[in-house]
Amino acid sequence: MEGDLAHIGAGLAAIGSGAAAIGVGNVAGNFLSGALRNPSAAASQTATLFIGIAFAEALGIFAFLVSLLLMFAV
Amino acid sequence: MATEPISEEVVGSCVDSYGSAIGMPQLCFDWFPNQIFWLVITLVVIFLVLSRVALPRIAAILAERQGTITNDLAAAEDLKAKAVEAEEAYNKALADARAEAQRIAAEARAEIQADLDEAIVKADAEIAAKAAESEKAIAEIRAGALESIQIVAKDTAAELVTTLGGKADADAISKAVDAQTKG
Amino acid sequence: MATETTEAEGSSLVFHPMDQFIVKPLFGDGGIAWYTPTNVTLWLFLAIAAVFGLLVLSTSKRAIVPTRMQSVAELAYGFIYKMLEDICGKEGVKYFPYVMTLFMFIVCANFLGMLPMSFTTTSHFAVTIPLALAVFLTVTVLGFVKNGAAFLGLFWVSSAPMALRPVLAIIELISYFVRPVSHSIRLAGNVMAGHAVIKVFAGFAAIAAISPVSVLAITAMYGLEVLVSFIQAYVFTILTCVYLKDALHPSH
Repeated sequence: MEGDLAHIGAGLAAIGSGAAAIGVGNVAGNFLSGALRNPSAAASQTATLFIGIAFAEALGIFAFLVSLLLMFAV
Repeated sequence: MATEPISEEVVGSCVDSYGSAIGMPQLCFDWFPNQIFWLVITLVVIFLVLSRVALPRIAAILAERQGTITNDLAAAEDLKAKAVEAEEAYNKALADARAEAQRIAAEARAEIQADLDEAIVKADAEIAAKAAESEKAIAEIRAGALESIQIVAKDTAAELVTTLGGKADADAISKAVDAQTKG
Repeated sequence: MATETTEAEGSSLVFHPMDQFIVKPLFGDGGIAWYTPTNVTLWLFLAIAAVFGLLVLSTSKRAIVPTRMQSVAELAYGFIYKMLEDICGKEGVKYFPYVMTLFMFIVCANFLGMLPMSFTTTSHFAVTIPLALAVFLTVTVLGFVKNGAAFLGLFWVSSAPMALRPVLAIIELISYFVRPVSHSIRLAGNVMAGHAVIKVFAGFAAIAAISPVSVLAITAMYGLEVLVSFIQAYVFTILTCVYLKDALHPSH
């Protein structure tokens, strides 16, 4: 049954969400450790932080999208 | 979601006969023209509203507030300068008044001193005159007293002589008394 | 396919996480032509109303000492203005109405989508792809108009070693063309994912034993989604600013 294979694929693609979580955690954690070392520079870099998080998260969203496509659109 | 099946020709390829989605509604290309059409209208309306009305107005409000704040600060600065000026003037007036008061006091003191001196001189003169007069009166009195003494002595001598049984010779008595009193 | 299987399995657990995204005509049951007023129309117009109320009605008194709503409008204005000025410099200020339009539309549409029973316009690729494409085309056209052929310097990394430059150029080129894709899918994907997850938790509430957990989970997800609604609007806007900066100052 091709439907079952598609579901397996969807589950595998969802692993990508976890990978994106690692990426987002990395960005935020490094920002935090940098900000604690030099708090005066932190405020000016929040925009960069959000851009970094957005890029990391976008790839996770791609994985999510692939998962959804396999579930609903194949 | 709908409990009754709906007619097949209405639902199209994206919704099944129970009103549930077939696949992802986001990927239903039948609906794209509709969504894009209304989105474009929305964006154009929002853009026009923002660029014609909202943003200039908010910019004006912010600029006005900035202006008001600047003006108020300038006014406050002005008022502060005025206050400092007023305080200076007050201090100056105070110093002037103090100097004037001192001058007046000194003048008054000098005047009083002069009056006093004059009065003292006058009083001294008066006192001297009085003293002189008094001395004269004393001298007179003293002179008067000598004469009185001689008269009393002569009278007494005459009385004595008469009492002793002699005959009082006035000339002799007065000569004797004179001689005694001069002696 | 998935919905069919869940429906076939039983009556107690029925998941329709995607049904909330179905476009329906507002009047009648007819088909959907390009001009048909649909629930998309309704919620887009509500977004217009929200923007209008927030930025126009609230400032109608032009108070020097702002009311609460007016200070929200001023806050939004200052927030986007400062973002644009920080990233693009003085030349970027010209494009402020454009950026502000994008931000206000996305933020209002996202928050309206958080209302129960509402339709979330920004969860549709049909909405976010035109937004991202508009930014992409604006930036590309603006880059060539402002800088001419020098705009291609964006892809030619002059600080890299000569041998690496062609490789980097290809990578830069690819990443340039992926921009509108990631730009649009990020917004729609985030919003859609959150709403679908909430719907799935809501489906679990049908089982009495786990319904309290389900309600708690919905509450938590709702809080997260409110945050995501704002952050995605912010990210969309800030990336627009970054792309605009590339068009205005293409040198690396």
